[in-house]
Amino acid sequence: MSWFAGVPEVGERLRGVDYLADDGIATSVFLAGALGKPLLVEGPAGVGKTQLAKAVAGASGAELVRLQCYEGLDEARALYEWNYKKQLLRIQADDDAWGDIFSEEFLLERPLLKAIRSDAPTVLLIDEIDKADVEVEGLLLEILSDYQVTIPELGTIAAVRKPYVVLTSNATRELSEALKRRCLYLHLGYPTPERERDIVLTRVPGLSGNLAEQLARTVATLRSLELKKSPSIAETIDWGQTLLALGREELDEDTIGETLGVVLKHHSDHGRAVKELGLS
Amino acid sequence: MLDRHVGFVGALREAGVPVSLAEGLDAANALMVIDLMDRESLREAYAATLIKRPVHRPGFDVLFDLWFPPVMSGGSAPERVEYEENTPVEELRGILQRLLMGNPDDPAFREFVREMVGRFGRVAAGPGRQSWFSYSVLRALSPETLVARMLNQMLSERGGLPEKLARQEISSNIRKFEEAVASEVRRRIAEDSGIERIARSAVKPAIDRLDFLRVTKAELAQLRREVYPLARRLASRLTIKNKHGHRGRLDFRRTVRASLSTGGVPLTTHLRPKRPHKPELIILCDASDSVSSFSQFTLLLTFALREQFTKVRAFAFVDTVDEITKYFAPGADVLDAITRMTKEADITRFGRTNYGNVFTRFADRYGDAIGPKTSLLILGDARSNYQPPALDTLKHLVSQARHAYWLNPEPRPQWDTGDSIATSYSTIIPMHECRNITQLAAFIENTDVGAR
Ligand SMILES: Nc1ncnc2c1ncn2[C@@H]1O[C@H](COP(=O)(O)OP(=O)(O)OP(=O)(O)O)[C@@H](O)[C@H]1O
Ligand SMILES: [Mg+2]
Repeated sequence: MSWFAGVPEVGERLRGVDYLADDGIATSVFLAGALGKPLLVEGPAGVGKTQLAKAVAGASGAELVRLQCYEGLDEARALYEWNYKKQLLRIQADDDAWGDIFSEEFLLERPLLKAIRSDAPTVLLIDEIDKADVEVEGLLLEILSDYQVTIPELGTIAAVRKPYVVLTSNATRELSEALKRRCLYLHLGYPTPERERDIVLTRVPGLSGNLAEQLARTVATLRSLELKKSPSIAETIDWGQTLLALGREELDEDTIGETLGVVLKHHSDHGRAVKELGLS
Repeated sequence: MLDRHVGFVGALREAGVPVSLAEGLDAANALMVIDLMDRESLREAYAATLIKRPVHRPGFDVLFDLWFPPVMSGGSAPERVEYEENTPVEELRGILQRLLMGNPDDPAFREFVREMVGRFGRVAAGPGRQSWFSYSVLRALSPETLVARMLNQMLSERGGLPEKLARQEISSNIRKFEEAVASEVRRRIAEDSGIERIARSAVKPAIDRLDFLRVTKAELAQLRREVYPLARRLASRLTIKNKHGHRGRLDFRRTVRASLSTGGVPLTTHLRPKRPHKPELIILCDASDSVSSFSQFTLLLTFALREQFTKVRAFAFVDTVDEITKYFAPGADVLDAITRMTKEADITRFGRTNYGNVFTRFADRYGDAIGPKTSLLILGDARSNYQPPALDTLKHLVSQARHAYWLNPEPRPQWDTGDSIATSYSTIIPMHECRNITQLAAFIENTDVGAR
């Protein structure tokens, strides 16, 4: 299947599902579809990495299959596993069942296998790959190179249609060169104030354009302060929602002082911002 | 197009971006499916296929602008009149001011930069030679001196938060102006004397290759962002290794209880939760002037580690040593911490590094802090100022620790030159060259940190 007809179309269709893309996002999303390569999206927390994969699925009417990574994730959780209990019970009930127990009925399908076997258009989201152990990268390399899986008892299963693959990473560690070479790469950073204003306006309907603009500019200033944890887009959105709920129309010093906790979670960051912005 | 593609990929490689054959092909394939007339899409297509680390992006953009310069859209005639040869500078500054208060992506901004570089950028560069320079353009127009005027126009009254925000926006636009000037200057030089010549000097080394001994203040801020994940990684390596060692003992009662539902066959084994392992780390870092930017960096690393390890104690030294752990309490502000530490900690008597004295003092005062579970990390250049090295004391300290490592910010060929006694120390404690982020990352990944 061809996912998108061109870069401009990506922008329009993502906007249709309330995701605002810039040139970098739209181009890499288009190329991942057109070249059939996985897209690795890396960047700080809360800048829309996960949401991008969901938006691609939404915009193309594909099913989203998600593999959430964590430390200790293994093949049995990522790919497939035999339902050991069920097999054992079957054998206890019927001594002759040995031949049957490695069949579809006893197979537990995990996200990777599911995405490969699906015959409907599928977006496979491998979320927070940097949290998984390095061995998982090896497994992914195999699967992402030929989109097939060999299960010794069942044989080789090849993808009926290649899924659209998005990997995300918070860059808590360097991913292997081999994996990076295989992927297209998109670094998602903090947006320009103009784009962030527009994002806030799509995500917080009812907020005034003026207030969204002030929010975006204030957040940009906060990000320039060398904080321990810079506010993310998610937090800008939370801030907008808070202001809307409080019925504020201006982001003045008092309002910022009262609501700063929504965007800055560390005590020391809070102190620094109060000092640098001249709030008191 | 093909020549240009090959030249561009070659220049990236020369600038230190590792582009594999396969990635070069990916880029070529991307060119077949995108609209080549859309320059930003072309830029992003190259970036998506070739640039896999954010640290390589700034250099990439410089080279892209050289290889694929923007095609100038003639510009509307009336607009041009403003930039005639003899337009007074004050009038030009007025135009610049208007542009800086507007949107820097406006084509008029680019047009203006082009004209200004054409008018002010050409300077004598030695006898009978002329070249293009940014500084002459910036000096003629002096954007910084427009700030006060702009603030007055943008704000009804000065001060407070509105001024902070306005200043932020103005200075970000001035930076964009300066970058645009620099980029246009490079383009002109390339036009005069070929892209390859300028390309080689135009790209600064990426932040992960930056020499710790040479970083500037602005670069330190960037380094800091790179250090955090590494500290996290080091912390998790110290814990993970331990975890793989033994997974926690079998919880017999729970396993048997669970087996009742499967006819007594223990299908699911239950393990007792492991006791979390508390890594212990002692950092000893050289804070002398000979390594001042390095020590800034080591302090950043110390600070980041302090947030990851429950049990870390940090010490700084010049010719004597003091504990600095308290300044780096989690939640403290790193810049404040460094300032306080430099003011309050007792680490210098005569101001010249004296490793021998430092080790002796350390063994005296804090020797018992090192235990069988402790990793000892020494950060410094091993330059002794020809003082006695106290090798035996160090040997004893090392023998008490579970692991000990020394990271040296000097290039290996300089070890043992002058007053460096790197080799003597490295017979006692494994010493690693650690000049940049890449080497630090390699140290963390490749050494047996955390192994028993
Ligand atoms: N370009 C965008 N357009 C619209 N909404 C966006 C955009 N970018 C981010 N958001 C919003 O920001 C929020 C955070 O996004 P998301 O959860 O995808 O972040 P993330 O990068 O995956 O973060 P984490 O690393 O914490 O998982 C979401 O609510 C999302 O809707
Ligand atoms: Mg996410």
